Amino acid sequence: MRHFFTLFKHELRMLLISPSTYIAAVLFLSLMGFIYWAILRGMVNTPSETLPTVQFFSVFWIPVLFVVPLLTMRSIAGERSSGTLDTLMTTPTSFVAVIISKFSGAYVFYMLLWILTLGFPLLTQKLYPHAAESGALLEYAPLAGSFLFLATSGILFISIGIFSSSVTRSQVVAGMLSFTTLFVVIIGGQQISNIADTGSGLSSLMLATVNYLQIFEHLDDFSRGIIDTRPFFYYSSTGLLLLGLSSLINEAKA
Amino acid sequence: MTSKKKETSPSICVKDLTRQYGALTAINKVNFSVKFGEVVGFLGPNGAGKSTTMRILSGIMSATSGSAWVGGICVAQNPHEVKRKVGYMPENNPLPVDMRVVEYLRFRARLKEVPRSKLNDCVQEAMETCDLARTARRKIIGTLSKGFRQRVGIADALLGDPEIIIMDEPTIGLDPHQIQGIRKLIDNLRGKHTVILSSHILPEIERSCDRVIIINRGRIVAAGSSHDLREEFLPGNRFSLIIEGTLSSVSSCLSKSGFDAAILESARLPNDKLELILRVEKGGAQSLRLIQVLSGHNTFTLHSLAPLEPTLEEIFLAATKRSWEETLENKPKISA
Repeated sequence: MRHFFTLFKHELRMLLISPSTYIAAVLFLSLMGFIYWAILRGMVNTPSETLPTVQFFSVFWIPVLFVVPLLTMRSIAGERSSGTLDTLMTTPTSFVAVIISKFSGAYVFYMLLWILTLGFPLLTQKLYPHAAESGALLEYAPLAGSFLFLATSGILFISIGIFSSSVTRSQVVAGMLSFTTLFVVIIGGQQISNIADTGSGLSSLMLATVNYLQIFEHLDDFSRGIIDTRPFFYYSSTGLLLLGLSSLINEAKA
Repeated sequence: MTSKKKETSPSICVKDLTRQYGALTAINKVNFSVKFGEVVGFLGPNGAGKSTTMRILSGIMSATSGSAWVGGICVAQNPHEVKRKVGYMPENNPLPVDMRVVEYLRFRARLKEVPRSKLNDCVQEAMETCDLARTARRKIIGTLSKGFRQRVGIADALLGDPEIIIMDEPTIGLDPHQIQGIRKLIDNLRGKHTVILSSHILPEIERSCDRVIIINRGRIVAAGSSHDLREEFLPGNRFSLIIEGTLSSVSSCLSKSGFDAAILESARLPNDKLELILRVEKGGAQSLRLIQVLSGHNTFTLHSLAPLEPTLEEIFLAATKRSWEETLENKPKISA
């Protein structure tokens, strides 16, 4: 692991000079800006009890589905197809260090993108100070809870991207695999829950498991200030498992 | 390892090395050793197993069976330690196209655990050795020509002053000037590093290497200096003659004069003269005797006689042909 920081710095540099990073950032911020504007506009027309911040973060899955594949699809698949992964492995560094550095680079950038969305309420407050008087735009607790959720769930989402990139040489296949897996993980849990609600007779153990995998429920809890350790465990353990598998796959493919 | 011990013990020792990809055997019981400071060339047709052997020696691929010792360390047991001793330039020399040359070499030097205090000097030295310091230092790798990219790959292999340098096809795609530059570079490394390189350009290998290992279908078919290989695969002295006369008159003349000679090839030239390739078994100053014997005859006239030195290409063809024939002989015959 002594090469981790060298590789991590290199990853950040490569992300900063890669055009796909900026494409992902522009798409993300444009879309999220539009969503924020739509939420504020909707609230002007029909006042709602839900805070704009809570509403804004409840659509987290929309950008996640395209930003995570764009950020991670190149990480291992691109390096393997161009041969630079081979060159990297001629040095006394380990696959674990390579995988963790790739993960860390993408994770830092992913969180940076979300932090940049804080600019939306700040700009609104600056441009429309009367709207901010109620303190609804920048309420500390839901913001902190939502960011905590994004930081924890991000571990799993980025790990899925890195894992998808490890199993193939093609960046396109990696991107598609990552998108599909994220879709199943985020939306699939809710769909299974809907099936359970219709009373198709899931056992209590299955019901508990399905509830445990409810990502939207986790967000709801976090934004209301309920910090449960179970989601932490779910996201971090699954994320670590996927990173471990990615490392093993790369070692086997060498 | 002390320098004296380093010089006496082999830098690379390979025993019964085998690597299989499913049903395909890429290399099969390969054995060889390389002394410290030697420059060894790997020759072989495409798919012969050169790159597989080099990848195993550099610690990035494991062998199915057999053992390889690099710098006194077992590759299978401690590939990370082996990587500290080896500078490896892979085939096609993959490089990140978005980085600048100096940035890339600094990054590689850090990964190769060059101490921070020596990092800049080490990178500068490698760039100067490969003639990159003045011309391409700040250039983006993606904008460099093929020759300069090869130099970046070689500079990378030299970083950290490794004991062993392995280069897979370092001269591929280079123009004659660049090839000459790389030849000089390899000459500079002789004695200070153990160098293994593979190439398809046979004269290059002959000029640059102390020893040649010819590999075909995963087996070593010949190993030794160019001189040793000539003796083994194309023994005897060969001569090219141009005569005016018939083939039968030359062969009868040779047999009468007691020459142990064989006519290997004959071709009629446009000016009605005959060109012959002659092989004479060993023994003293053959050229002079041949001139004396062939020039004093009435049935034909000798126009020219020149000794022929077999090229490494001919040795390579003879060695690979022999290995093919052996493979065919050893194949079990299918009964009708």
